[in-house]
Amino acid sequence: MKADPQAVLTGTHFLDGDKACCEGAIAAGARFAAGYPITPATEIVERFASRIPSVGGTFIQMEDELAASIVLQGAVWGGAKAFTVTSGPGFSLMMEHIGYAAMTETPCVFVDVQRGGPSTGLPTLPAQADMMQARWGSHGDYEIIALCPNSPQECFDLTIRAFNLAEEFRAPVMFMMDEVVGHMTEKVVIPAADQIEITPRRFTHRSKFEYLPYGTNGDMVPDFVPTGQGYKFHMTGLTHDERGYPNMTPQAQDQLVRRLQKKIRAAAARITFFEEEGTENAEVIVISYGITSRVAQRAVELGRARGLKIGKFRLITAWPFPDEQIRRLALHAKALVVPELNLGQMVREVERAAAGLCPVISVPHAGGGVHRTDDILSALVEVMP
Amino acid sequence: MSTLNPVEPLLRSDRLPHIWCPGCGIGITINCFARALIESKIDLDSVAVVSGIGCSGRVAGYVNLDSFHTTHGRAIPFATGLKLANPKLEVIVYSGDGDLSAIGGNHLIHAARRNIDLKVICVNNLTYAMTGGQSAPTTPEHAVSATSPYGTFEPPFNLPHLVEAAGAVYIARWTTFHVRQLTRAMSEIFKKKGFSFIEVLSPCPTLYQRRNKMGDGLDTMKFYKEKSRIRHGAPTSEVGLTLNGEIIVGKFVDRDRPDYASLMRAQYVEALGDRYVECRETTCN
Repeated sequence: MKADPQAVLTGTHFLDGDKACCEGAIAAGARFAAGYPITPATEIVERFASRIPSVGGTFIQMEDELAASIVLQGAVWGGAKAFTVTSGPGFSLMMEHIGYAAMTETPCVFVDVQRGGPSTGLPTLPAQADMMQARWGSHGDYEIIALCPNSPQECFDLTIRAFNLAEEFRAPVMFMMDEVVGHMTEKVVIPAADQIEITPRRFTHRSKFEYLPYGTNGDMVPDFVPTGQGYKFHMTGLTHDERGYPNMTPQAQDQLVRRLQKKIRAAAARITFFEEEGTENAEVIVISYGITSRVAQRAVELGRARGLKIGKFRLITAWPFPDEQIRRLALHAKALVVPELNLGQMVREVERAAAGLCPVISVPHAGGGVHRTDDILSALVEVMP
Repeated sequence: MSTLNPVEPLLRSDRLPHIWCPGCGIGITINCFARALIESKIDLDSVAVVSGIGCSGRVAGYVNLDSFHTTHGRAIPFATGLKLANPKLEVIVYSGDGDLSAIGGNHLIHAARRNIDLKVICVNNLTYAMTGGQSAPTTPEHAVSATSPYGTFEPPFNLPHLVEAAGAVYIARWTTFHVRQLTRAMSEIFKKKGFSFIEVLSPCPTLYQRRNKMGDGLDTMKFYKEKSRIRHGAPTSEVGLTLNGEIIVGKFVDRDRPDYASLMRAQYVEALGDRYVECRETTCN
């Protein structure tokens, strides 16, 4: 279906990433947001609080991030599309409910505008150090989807994609911004509503007598059930069977947890988005994401001006990780260079996917700023054969 | 059909037997709740039950209604989202004292402050029963528990006093001995708009009563009968519970103030006039 023309702010704007993310959420159909004040993410819900009364929806500021991350799931089961936004310390508090959303298959979006950590860290300065937390932060086995924008335009475009993926897979989607992308202001083009494709919630067509809340129809994603329509369904964070009833057997655990993993892994090729340029004949390839990809871009240009054969690969989907693409790059590159605003997180995934086919070089930065172009360039020069 | 228990259609018979111990009072509260639903003639399709974690947190699993078993302490914020996104629902939060007043204590007072239109049934067995009988914020002073083997010394919460101060519009306390009064209270809250709170004292013979040498389930019923005194309108500051003292029961608070959704609407209408767009009932189907 198409976006609601009454809600979409069609036109050319000059927006920062936080505001663009909010507009993306509204365009995607989000009509419920919950938040707790935190730098540098609050601007997203501040804008939502200002916009939503004229669109038709609800913003609620909760007492903490624990509450924000679960009130939105109540709203989803009440029929809304919903999201919350936060940064590191709040993201840590939300972990339990990311697991709950994964277990109960509640479609929703968690936006994390990353800042320096651990703990209170650097509230106003950037980092990309929550990437592994986004993947593994909640206890237990589950699969996750995470997207990484590198511009305000992508904050708009990819937020819509995040909501669509959440509905398609009935899963929580992590939207991994960083402080610089959140606060940088650039041109953002918001298309006409009829140019914006929206994934509606897939409600069951079955009657209450034949509907199973967690029964699948072959594609591993169960149809949703509307609350208040007489289905009298049950949902729980306990291990459950297709009826939604608790089932404490290893068999039920195996069946459920494997399906939660498989429904996303099986679609990985379709949902791992990336940007690739000049990798075919490259001797060295820079792999980056988020704001770091903007710095890496400059390093690539300077290196090429010196005659170096450099390719670039940008992760847009961080999770599921693009294993196949990285393996393909590792097959013919002499080295893969991975700058990121942490002490080495996604580089471990690159190493795992490259599987020893070529050296993988980490270019870490502890956060609080971005890399100097020279830091990335000299790493490229150093590994040149 | 005359042999059918009237509450049976409100239970998930296919999930019985339940997990609760002999002498536990949670089942009695469900019986009262089911009868209150019948008596209030409410449309059952519009009722949703939200529970947290613990023995009382399992209630959502046994009632034949739309039901949500959420995370520990977070039944109230989940219910808040459900109600705000779908205002036609009658949302009941059914959970225990530890879930609602310890790990969920922050949400309890804030939902009461906001006056979210929720009906909270707090089954208070004075302990963490599911995990083996540890001390709760409600455990009376000097009671023995798994984590207070020499007796508790922390002063407990007086829940009616707490939620009155936070802003609840309806507050009552009964015990599982007072089944008629409890059923009536549970029907009354369907007529209230705003944050309603019923505390139900309920035995945990397996852990609380046994450890404190207070007998079994039947002994606890006798205890409730002997120690309870009905005082409607009692100042909530005077209804705190002790290990062996008097149990003040009754309807303590019944007042009206605008609920969250009414306040939100009024504020937006005043500030935005015609530009305010009323939230649609459900927004994504």
